[in-house]
Amino acid sequence: MKPPAFDFVRPEGMEEVLETLHLRSSDARIIAGGQSLVPMLNMRLARPGVLVDITGLRNLQSIHEVRGEVVIGAAVRQAELEAWPHLRRKLPLLAQAIRWIGHVQTRARGTVCGSVAHADPSAELPLALIALNGSVRLASQRSKRTVPAADFFLGMMSTAIAEGEMIEAVTFPVAENGTGYAFREIGRRHGDFAIVACAAVADKTATRLAIGGVDDHPRQFDLPQENGDELDDALNDIAWALNARDDLHASGRYRRELVRRLGRETVLEARSCRN
Amino acid sequence: MTINLQRAGLVGRSMPRVEDAALLIGRGRYIDDLPTRRDTAHMVVLRSPHAHAEIRSIDVSKALEVEGVHAVITGDDVAALTRSLTVGVKADVECWPIARDRVRYVGEPVALVVADTRYIAEDALDLIAVEYDMLPVVMDPEAALQEDAALLHPSLGSNCIAERSFRYGDPESAFAEAKHRFAIDVSYPRNSCTPIETYGVIAEYDPGEDAYDVTANFQGPFSIHAVVALALKVPGNRMRLRTPPDSGGSFGVKQGVFVYAILAAVAARVSGRPVKWIEDRLEHLMASVSATNRATRLEAAVEADGRITALRWDQIEDCGAHLRAPEPATLYRMHGNMTGAYAIANVAIRNRVVLTNKTPTGLNRGFGGPQIYYPLERLMHRIADELGIDRLEVIRRNLVPSDAFPYRTATGALLDSGDYAAALDTALANGNFDELIERRRQARAAGKLYGIGLAAAVEPSVSNMGYITTALTPEQRAKAGPKNGAQAVATISIDPLGAVTVKVASVPQGQGHRTVLAQVVAERLGIPFKAVRVNTELDTARDAWSIASGNYSSRFAAAVAGTARLAADRIRDRLAEIAAGQLNVEASQVDFLDGRIFDRLNPDNSISFNRVAATSHWAPGMLPEGTDHTIQETVFWTPEQLEAPTSKDGINSSLCHGFIFDFCGIEIDPATGAVRIDKYVTMHDCGRVLHPAMVEGQVRGAFAQAVGAALFEEYAYGQDGSFLSGTLADYLIPTVMEVPDPVILHYESPSPFTPLGAKGVGEGNCMSTPVCIANAIADATGAIDITLPLSPGRIGDLIFGEEKPSSQPQTRTPNKSSSGQRQLTGQGSATVSASRQTVWDMLLDPATLEAIIPGAHGVERVSATHFRADVTLGVGPVKGRYRAEIKLSDMVEPEAVTLSGSTQGALGFGNGVGRITLREADGKTIVGYSYEAGIGGKVASVGGRLLDGAARVVIGQFFQALARHAGGGTPHGGLLSRLKALLGGRS
Amino acid sequence: MPQLAADTKHRVAFHLNGRKVEVLAENRMLLSDLLRHELGATGTHVGCEHGVCGACTVQVDGAPVRACLILAAQIDGADVRTVEALTPTAQQLSPLQAAFREKHGLQCGFCTPGILMTLDALLTTRPDASEQEIREHLSGHLCRCTGYATIVAAALAAVEEIRKEQKYNA
Repeated sequence: MKPPAFDFVRPEGMEEVLETLHLRSSDARIIAGGQSLVPMLNMRLARPGVLVDITGLRNLQSIHEVRGEVVIGAAVRQAELEAWPHLRRKLPLLAQAIRWIGHVQTRARGTVCGSVAHADPSAELPLALIALNGSVRLASQRSKRTVPAADFFLGMMSTAIAEGEMIEAVTFPVAENGTGYAFREIGRRHGDFAIVACAAVADKTATRLAIGGVDDHPRQFDLPQENGDELDDALNDIAWALNARDDLHASGRYRRELVRRLGRETVLEARSCRN
Repeated sequence: MTINLQRAGLVGRSMPRVEDAALLIGRGRYIDDLPTRRDTAHMVVLRSPHAHAEIRSIDVSKALEVEGVHAVITGDDVAALTRSLTVGVKADVECWPIARDRVRYVGEPVALVVADTRYIAEDALDLIAVEYDMLPVVMDPEAALQEDAALLHPSLGSNCIAERSFRYGDPESAFAEAKHRFAIDVSYPRNSCTPIETYGVIAEYDPGEDAYDVTANFQGPFSIHAVVALALKVPGNRMRLRTPPDSGGSFGVKQGVFVYAILAAVAARVSGRPVKWIEDRLEHLMASVSATNRATRLEAAVEADGRITALRWDQIEDCGAHLRAPEPATLYRMHGNMTGAYAIANVAIRNRVVLTNKTPTGLNRGFGGPQIYYPLERLMHRIADELGIDRLEVIRRNLVPSDAFPYRTATGALLDSGDYAAALDTALANGNFDELIERRRQARAAGKLYGIGLAAAVEPSVSNMGYITTALTPEQRAKAGPKNGAQAVATISIDPLGAVTVKVASVPQGQGHRTVLAQVVAERLGIPFKAVRVNTELDTARDAWSIASGNYSSRFAAAVAGTARLAADRIRDRLAEIAAGQLNVEASQVDFLDGRIFDRLNPDNSISFNRVAATSHWAPGMLPEGTDHTIQETVFWTPEQLEAPTSKDGINSSLCHGFIFDFCGIEIDPATGAVRIDKYVTMHDCGRVLHPAMVEGQVRGAFAQAVGAALFEEYAYGQDGSFLSGTLADYLIPTVMEVPDPVILHYESPSPFTPLGAKGVGEGNCMSTPVCIANAIADATGAIDITLPLSPGRIGDLIFGEEKPSSQPQTRTPNKSSSGQRQLTGQGSATVSASRQTVWDMLLDPATLEAIIPGAHGVERVSATHFRADVTLGVGPVKGRYRAEIKLSDMVEPEAVTLSGSTQGALGFGNGVGRITLREADGKTIVGYSYEAGIGGKVASVGGRLLDGAARVVIGQFFQALARHAGGGTPHGGLLSRLKALLGGRS
Repeated sequence: MPQLAADTKHRVAFHLNGRKVEVLAENRMLLSDLLRHELGATGTHVGCEHGVCGACTVQVDGAPVRACLILAAQIDGADVRTVEALTPTAQQLSPLQAAFREKHGLQCGFCTPGILMTLDALLTTRPDASEQEIREHLSGHLCRCTGYATIVAAALAAVEEIRKEQKYNA
């Protein structure tokens, strides 16, 4: 279990990053925390020709708020977000979800954007991005663009990032008064990939439920506003719409059941904490 | 033998461990930490991605070209220098440590690379090209016995490598006369205790002496040394086996490293330099060793009051692809204990050992116990429920009576000591069983799912080296000569300054042997604990050892520590004689304490221990007439009770028998099926406790592993033989969050058969806890069939009712495959702006195929219906290059064709069949397709989670490309986006 | 910009246990291998090389991280601390180490250095860590010998000891 050989560059500015991505295109991978990439290198599942280390770029290292959005740079580690003093107030959903990401030892190194780029269908950060209608800021040598979360995740580890592009930042809308947020997850063990993870956002007029761990990528649904049979029926249809599959850790049937039960608990919790 | 322990002395106290300081400051010396010669090279192992296949060819030429590579070695190269491994039963079968013409399990070694570093060796490994012809697989032990099952070893003529039937007492009459008969069928899964340190070997070959020198983190039994020497075709004295000072856990598992000791030894010989191999975690999970999985039918003849008069066992033991030494020991280790903790006079047993396309099995903590106690204690639970008798009462009525010890079981074990009923009652009282019953009542009243489980077990320890011959018939045994006993050895030496050193062949793997031996010897010689140094490194060329040496069958406390005590006794007696002369008293009057040897009647008349102890060095002429020296004393001890199997197949398979009674309360979350162990009480009678903290450490450790076996851990295989638990994110070892702290209780019945009265204690909870938890789940859910591991999904199946259907029509049938199967199916359609014939022609054209096969680097037309391509496939960063074969069949031009393909590459292999239909509509063609695909190899083992999605992406890409290619020249604008909508999502 | 080619070794300079070290290593070499085999610091152990078992945990810039998931090329300029640095003097165990011995918080000792590095980082930043926090941090480590209870007990005993020391010093 040793990585294959690769070139390694430490760009000193974005131009150099984007130039390398342009020149080496699909042969290049960004490395920041490496918590998803290095295991794949060790197993030789991934064989990039060059790794581009972006952790030294200052402009990617900040968390800041702009026009109602929290912008998290590509080099910001998960532990830094966890320790961000405004997290609970500005991003209460993430404050709940972040403790479910791996372990202290991987959060110390792994980045927020790296998890989004990796696009594991069970991962918490992509789920939160979907649930909150966040967006991803992409940059290439030619242009910059912002992709809404709903259009970003295409499938298992597949995203809208094109060749030559990288994530500069992800943005999460700041929490609004009168909106409730809830996060629930079931995994086999503490810190494991989610079998099912639910994130709910509820205000006076609408409730959104995002579900991870079931389909190839996290998905978001609107739910009816009452708590009775209509909610159950809607959750049931969502459960069936997610293409739940059997694997080593759970059956598709079990996943559907969790969507119904955990989904309901998450929605009710979000509704109950609308302030 | 009388037990005369000085309870105020060192033995029986939780001394701080002498091992700990070095381990805590990072100065342990594990195998990968040992210094090696500067020219030491690193070995890596190329492993089979297939569960069953013929090896058509191996091309190592590119690997040999890599700079820094010293040798690439195949199965035939190994065979040229070795002979097939000894197999423990009479069978016409070869057993090689590396595949020769055929691979039989995923992970089987196929080639070895020796290079300057592990990094380089892995680079070269990637360049070895192996061509396989796939064979049908056999994954299930019962299916292995079917007439039409594929044969793993054609020379055997069957997948059943050993079968024996046994009869003790008169089981037929007992069943005929019984009021009730109850039966249970159990499939016990595969798992392993997976130490955190993996296997490691450093091997050298000395051509001048034709001798091998191997250091491995092997744990014994050293009967395996003979297997290694025979395989390497050298006498035992030219196969030096050494163990490192520290080992990162074993739990039986590191017995299996011997196969790699042979491979590394050969690699060292071929490459002409020392070779080091450190197994990686993927190798370990896939191919180190596993406990056996077993299919069991157990039937009981039962009286109206719940008393069992007979048991009938039918066991099918799955030992994987080869019967490797010491198998089929897992099946026979418990042979004397097939009646558990109960007095049952009549027993019938049918034992079959089968081979399947899985990793060969070997030692694992609990060794055979979990596979026995799971059916036995589940059946006890069932019997009580069926008869409407309290479950505790049924256990009580069947326990071996308190006044019956030593008690000979029907199958031959001599249960040394105990009072099972008293231990059970003590557990109920001190573990607050009544309070647990009340807790269950309250929980259920509050609408919760709550269950209580019980389990009683006898924990055998100190294996009889002869038990394995029970697998042979009495006639075969007579021919082979009797095998029995369990030689333990301890050496005490005294240096010229009177310092005491103890050496044993117990090869500890973290259990603290050095501490306990220091306690035992220091206490006996009346010297300070810290004055004794213990060396547990083993070197077969220099140390005293026997085939029974090693760290297995919980033999340390009972056998090894006891033998050290016997050696200390001998030294002490001699020192007393020497001192008697100097103190002018009778030797019987001499005593030892605090580093002094003195006249018991006049303690002031004393002399220092060191001075007396050094006499044999400095003034051997001063030794009294008839008194031997005290420089070194080696004692071998084997208990007389461990006799060879009788002519009627009775076997005292172990020397000591502890007793365990466990009970637990478990709550299940009705919403999620998640299990919470609310309370777990485990009562142990392990005889005399030598070090309470270590005993509790053993109990807790085994308990944690058993929680894993019960709820999390399984070496799972797909029906195609793919190994599915290839990473620690798939093979789930419980963390601190999942393991509760059990209540540990003791009841001491010293063993009359061991020098210190101690019995083994390390394995018991691996035997009792899985079934205790299962019984609690059964109690909570009312379910009868309970299969381990009890994942929340499995529990969900027990507690969730009928599933609510969707209100929407389902476009896609939900995946019906059983959990873990790597079979993918799907269908879809696409509209292509071309005529049927055009599309048809395209499918048969290499240029088109090259354009539409995702990642194709060139398509070669082998025949009109056979194409070959090199393709790069993957999702995200996971990319691999594959060789693809595509064949067309069932062709109905231009309507339908069947496309069968297979791909093979470093990341794994895939094969699939797709039926393509072409239908005309408005001048366009509707391409319909359905497929079935299977995927295996590395990606299946380590990336099961991403596999299904990846396959769909790739298959989708193919048809997307087909449509794009066909529509390429046509002016229909929105086609591509329409196709993407069709194909890019679900197919 | 520094461009480090795949096919050669490059200079990596960092602080290891307070001492400046410089080694030549390929980009791809894992920090765990770099520490053990290039620098001889074998106290850090390797258990899975995919970031799950926690045996290789070391501190980088004060935080506990998996050494098997860090490439040599990423460690240039960092401050790395391993189990070899925990002992205040050669003859003395730290309160945390002493608590592990006292509470029998280890058996084979293979997972122990990683666990010590996680707990040391936790107790440095949160000397009054609760049992729940301790468990959260320990959940990133696999131990196959102890069943964890004595590890938790050792960590709690260390918290208590540190509290006493601080009180005494104050």
